[in-house]
Amino acid sequence: MSLFTRGNYFSLKAMSILKVENLTKTYQSANRQLTVLDQVNFEVHPGETLSIVGPSGSGKTTLLGLCAGLDIASSGSIILDGFILESLNEDQRAAVRSQLVGFIFQNFQLLQTLTALENVMVPLELKKRKDAKQKAMELLEKVGLQDRMTHYPNQLSGGEQQRVSIARAFANEPKILFADEPTGNLDTETGEMIENLIFKLNEDERTTLILVTHDLELASRTHHSIHIKGGKLQEAVNG
Amino acid sequence: MVDWGWSFLMAKRDLRKTGWRLILFVSAIVTGIAALVAVTSFGDNLSKSIDNQAKEMLGADLSLRNRQAIEFPEMEELAEAHALEVNFASMVLFPLSGESRLTQVRALKGNFPFYGSLETLPLEGEQEFRKGGKRALVEKTLLAQFNVGVGDSIKVGNVTLEIVGGLQKVPGQTGITATVAPAVYIPMDQLEASGLVQYGSRINYIHYFQLAPTVDLDKLIEEREEAWEEDKVRYETVASEKESTGRSFQNLADFLGLVAFIAVLLGCVGVGSAVNVFVKEKLPSVAVLRCLGVRSKEIFGVYLIQIFIMGLIGSLLGAAGGAFLQFLLPFIFMDFLPVDVNVQVSWRAVIMGTVTGILISILFALMPLLKIRKVSPMMTLRPEEGSVGFRKDPLRWAVLGSIILFIIGFSYLLLGEWEETFWFTGFVIFAFGVLWFLAIGLMWGIRKFLPLSLNYPVRQALSNLYRPNNQTVSLLATIGLGTAMIGTLYFIQNQLLDEVKFADKEDQPNMLFFDIQSQQVEGTKKLLKDNGMPILQHVPIVTMAVDEINGLTKEDNEALEDEERRSNFMYNREFRVTYRDTLIQTEELLAGSLKPYRSSTDSIFVSLEEGYAERNKVSLGDEILFDVQGRPLKTYVGSFRKVNFRRVSTNFLVVFPDNVLENAPKFHVLITKTKNDQQSADLQNAMVRQFPNVSVVNLSMIVETLEEILDKISFVIQFMALFSIMTGVLVLISSLLISKFQRIRENILLRTIGARRGTLLVINTLEYLFLGGLAAGGGVLLSVLASALLSLYVFEISFRMEWIPLIIVFVLITGMTVLLGLLNSFNILKANTMDILRS
Repeated sequence: MSLFTRGNYFSLKAMSILKVENLTKTYQSANRQLTVLDQVNFEVHPGETLSIVGPSGSGKTTLLGLCAGLDIASSGSIILDGFILESLNEDQRAAVRSQLVGFIFQNFQLLQTLTALENVMVPLELKKRKDAKQKAMELLEKVGLQDRMTHYPNQLSGGEQQRVSIARAFANEPKILFADEPTGNLDTETGEMIENLIFKLNEDERTTLILVTHDLELASRTHHSIHIKGGKLQEAVNG
Repeated sequence: MVDWGWSFLMAKRDLRKTGWRLILFVSAIVTGIAALVAVTSFGDNLSKSIDNQAKEMLGADLSLRNRQAIEFPEMEELAEAHALEVNFASMVLFPLSGESRLTQVRALKGNFPFYGSLETLPLEGEQEFRKGGKRALVEKTLLAQFNVGVGDSIKVGNVTLEIVGGLQKVPGQTGITATVAPAVYIPMDQLEASGLVQYGSRINYIHYFQLAPTVDLDKLIEEREEAWEEDKVRYETVASEKESTGRSFQNLADFLGLVAFIAVLLGCVGVGSAVNVFVKEKLPSVAVLRCLGVRSKEIFGVYLIQIFIMGLIGSLLGAAGGAFLQFLLPFIFMDFLPVDVNVQVSWRAVIMGTVTGILISILFALMPLLKIRKVSPMMTLRPEEGSVGFRKDPLRWAVLGSIILFIIGFSYLLLGEWEETFWFTGFVIFAFGVLWFLAIGLMWGIRKFLPLSLNYPVRQALSNLYRPNNQTVSLLATIGLGTAMIGTLYFIQNQLLDEVKFADKEDQPNMLFFDIQSQQVEGTKKLLKDNGMPILQHVPIVTMAVDEINGLTKEDNEALEDEERRSNFMYNREFRVTYRDTLIQTEELLAGSLKPYRSSTDSIFVSLEEGYAERNKVSLGDEILFDVQGRPLKTYVGSFRKVNFRRVSTNFLVVFPDNVLENAPKFHVLITKTKNDQQSADLQNAMVRQFPNVSVVNLSMIVETLEEILDKISFVIQFMALFSIMTGVLVLISSLLISKFQRIRENILLRTIGARRGTLLVINTLEYLFLGGLAAGGGVLLSVLASALLSLYVFEISFRMEWIPLIIVFVLITGMTVLLGLLNSFNILKANTMDILRS
């Protein structure tokens, strides 16, 4: 694995954990080129929280995916904790995600064939942690699911599934957490509880949080907000 | 490096929830592997049994066979025991019913078989027979056919004998041989009295010897081989019997293996298609794992391990099934076996079947499984992303290549000939291709042209054929190919029978009398006339041998280079020739002309059958010196004829002109046409009574025998083809179960918006009707093509479309699909509409 060679890594840790420069993403659709993101620039420092807001189809999910290394940009650059993502291949980006990144999804994305406990254990097992089971149990306790550990996702409510998802996201002690509409599929009360949980754990673990939402109230709880429309950065709110 | 430990752990976890579905996938290979293991194991057992029972098959250590009564005094002196069998085809008559039949009469002297026994019922029948005198042993099929038993009499030639036993088993004889020529054993002391050994009779003299274990048989043969060849004596030893029987049964086992292999391939298509559905459902989980930082290799490993485990389970189940199934096979193949097969599990077959099963389930699962490597983690955020760049994946093409190579390799292993391998693989690929195009074309056509004005249930049923995760392609391929196999067998059988029955039409001859001695010609002709039968042909036959071809004797020929040398058989064989200046109905002149012989100064021009001439490198104008019972006769090849050997007629490799052989010793054949089976039977019985040495062949007997043989063969092949159909059924059931949830959702949705159960039942029935009808239609179409090709190029008969068997196969297969589909639909239709809200 050539991930940690000099060409791919330089130390900017003290400055920013995520730096996005002139980021553009285009798709070829039928006979025309569709620009989803157009020259986006921003940076986030360790421990900060950032929300990306905008209407449907504005490009915010694409931006989140690119920042997390799930996809590669058409042009521009993303530096995630010193890793220049566009210079890495898919397996190398997977290794970065395994080391640095946690995810929370709108539709929970739990592995349906695994129990709640096993879902949380996966990131720990990937890191070959001997205490994977112990640590996963602690995390599930933290999110209040100590009695539901052996349940499969289809035996849990939406809120419970999202709590498993949060426990899984924090399992590998990520430096940066990406959340895509984490309360989008939940009722207001459960949504509020999930929001509180995310922000509390984020504070406890001192994780950087990047959050995509169209809920401005949720966005107001982050240190910074950026607003995207038609693939372009409109303004920075709160920050 | 792939972290196999983690992949294995994840595979184990995944299997807990989805394992049952994978079991369904691999169930498709169970029947195929079972058939393969059963056939291979049976083949191994058969080969072992042939090895162990080779002595019983020959019944002696050495047999010497020829067409003349030659003695072997030095061998008799050397041997511990000697027996002589004189056998020939002859009519026998059962006085009780007055019926007669052509049989193989075997006159026996000595205690043959020395190994094994003539198994009779009652058991003491053999001892009784060996006392000699007017006693006979008769094949059990004959006894059953003419409803006679022990104590009744049988007339063989001029002698009437008492039946002292029914022959249950004759050394080296199979049920099929008994069908064609049932044996009647008579004591040698009755042979002369029977009056059946006359000029022209085709008689085999077989000397059997039992040798002391100290005798070096190889050395003995080496010393005498040349002299025996000179005397046209053929020898057989236990080793040669073992080799030739083993070889022919290896061919049979290989052929059956090939049929089983088709069932395996069909199962693989089912596996491939089901894994495709499985993978599609797994793509979201794969994307999540990619997000969590798992490398594609590890995720691929998770599913590969699952496929491996399920392939192993399927193969082991199949192998176990096959190991049990082979106990049935001796009963299925009963009529073809020359030995009692000692059935035991062949571990070689079990291991081969298991490895084959695993290998092909992985190979066929790999095609869809490779998609997993290309799943983008972005799919977690955008489900429509799916897997990207899969079509360009070089590994995909490598897997496709491996599948084709595997099929070719395995077929070669079974067939042993490249040409046959390519024909077989080519046809399998072509058949799959046709059915695949049919399925794809159908789905495309429905999507493109389905008119909105069409009746709703019909439209909905047609649309269901291309629902997401449909298995239209795999069902069409498996059911279609199974139908093609069954259909081909059925059609070919009918074609062959029709070809023989053709003789019944118009003025084609349907009855033939042979071995008529010259002094009997007038009497037999009179008998025919008295019975109102026409004499369609009177054919005189003279026997002779070849001495020289273009001045080359047999010895000269042997000294020639390989490519110039003719087969020794041409010099060794006895030619039966006729003479006439015209062609008969079954002949066609291809080259030269029939040159008549007018005076003693003329050269004699003979006409040769073109295939025989070509095989023996004989050209027009070549000189052939015949030995006509001691008198040399120089001839020249004047013409080549094409002969249709499939008619009830006398056909000759060599035809002389008139006026050459009239004074040579000869016998005669008369050919006539009877109006019906009863007339044939009456005439035959009258002929046997008056002229016991005259043998009769009639069309109804040929048809009957052929029907019986084809029935036996087709029973075996249909038994094997059943595995293909069963595979199709399993694929159908598994695909119905896989799509069950989706079908329940669709049905509940339709019911929620007001569809009645009756309408849903119509939709479901129509869907299976289209699916079954199309698969059966495609299969029938392929079988018509295969039958036409086989008829024209293998059996060389003209192909006639027959609609009735075609419709029968079509209706049966379609009906079975609809029935299975509907059985599965009933609990779908019963599902509660509230379930959709809860889910």
